[in-house]
Amino acid sequence: MPDEKRLTGRSVLKNSNRPINVGIGDLLQFSWPITALASITHRVAGVALFVAFGFALYVLELSLSSASGFEEVQTLLTSGIAKSILWVSLAALIYHFVAGIKHLLLDGSDAESLAVGRTAAIVTLLVSLALIALMTLWVI
Amino acid sequence: MVTQVTSFSRNGVGDWYLQRMSSIIIAIYTVLLVGIIVMTPEWSFERWAGLFDSTLMKIATLLVILATCVHAWIGMWTIGTDYLRARTMGPIGDTLRSIYQLVCVLAILSYLIWGIQILWGN
Repeated sequence: MPDEKRLTGRSVLKNSNRPINVGIGDLLQFSWPITALASITHRVAGVALFVAFGFALYVLELSLSSASGFEEVQTLLTSGIAKSILWVSLAALIYHFVAGIKHLLLDGSDAESLAVGRTAAIVTLLVSLALIALMTLWVI
Repeated sequence: MVTQVTSFSRNGVGDWYLQRMSSIIIAIYTVLLVGIIVMTPEWSFERWAGLFDSTLMKIATLLVILATCVHAWIGMWTIGTDYLRARTMGPIGDTLRSIYQLVCVLAILSYLIWGIQILWGN
């Protein structure tokens, strides 16, 4: 295991030219191909869903607690804040779902070219945008 | 050899596989539930509570909560080990990752216990 130490600490890398400790400002200067955008959005949506899961459990608990709890949820969902949280959660769910299907399909095929990756990323973005538009009509 | 002691199955291929299997379970349940919600013309408390009162729905929902817990841990673990590490931010990265992972574990276990209580508590 000769190179293991190199990977475990910053100090061993200080004489290397490898870029580390990337700042937020540097991110803007990176090249952001469509495949990278599709990928980071999948991650961000996943983290959003991690939080949204808590909201979902709260709403489920309240709605199942009693008839008045169910009505409370219905009233709650007419407020702007609740609608915003619902919209963000559902948009994240839709994107994460579509991008996940893309992963499953690409994992199940032997396509590994850049062209296929780019097309898949574009299709993922377009399909999710269409579904998010439909969902927006339903939420409003 | 450095082993990833905090990964879900202690094995990258195992995590990869579980991430996909859990995603299929969650996806099927989500499509069915959204279908039921959208197709039902009018919802009442009795109808909604009745849906979650059936044993089939309780089991399916708990399976999906379990799948979500596994899926979320593998996803959050991947993000933590990608960004919060000594190589990207110095020694503080390892400390931050430990705290981040603890928060994630506590949240996931809380979700699981809460979910069980919602389904069988009343």
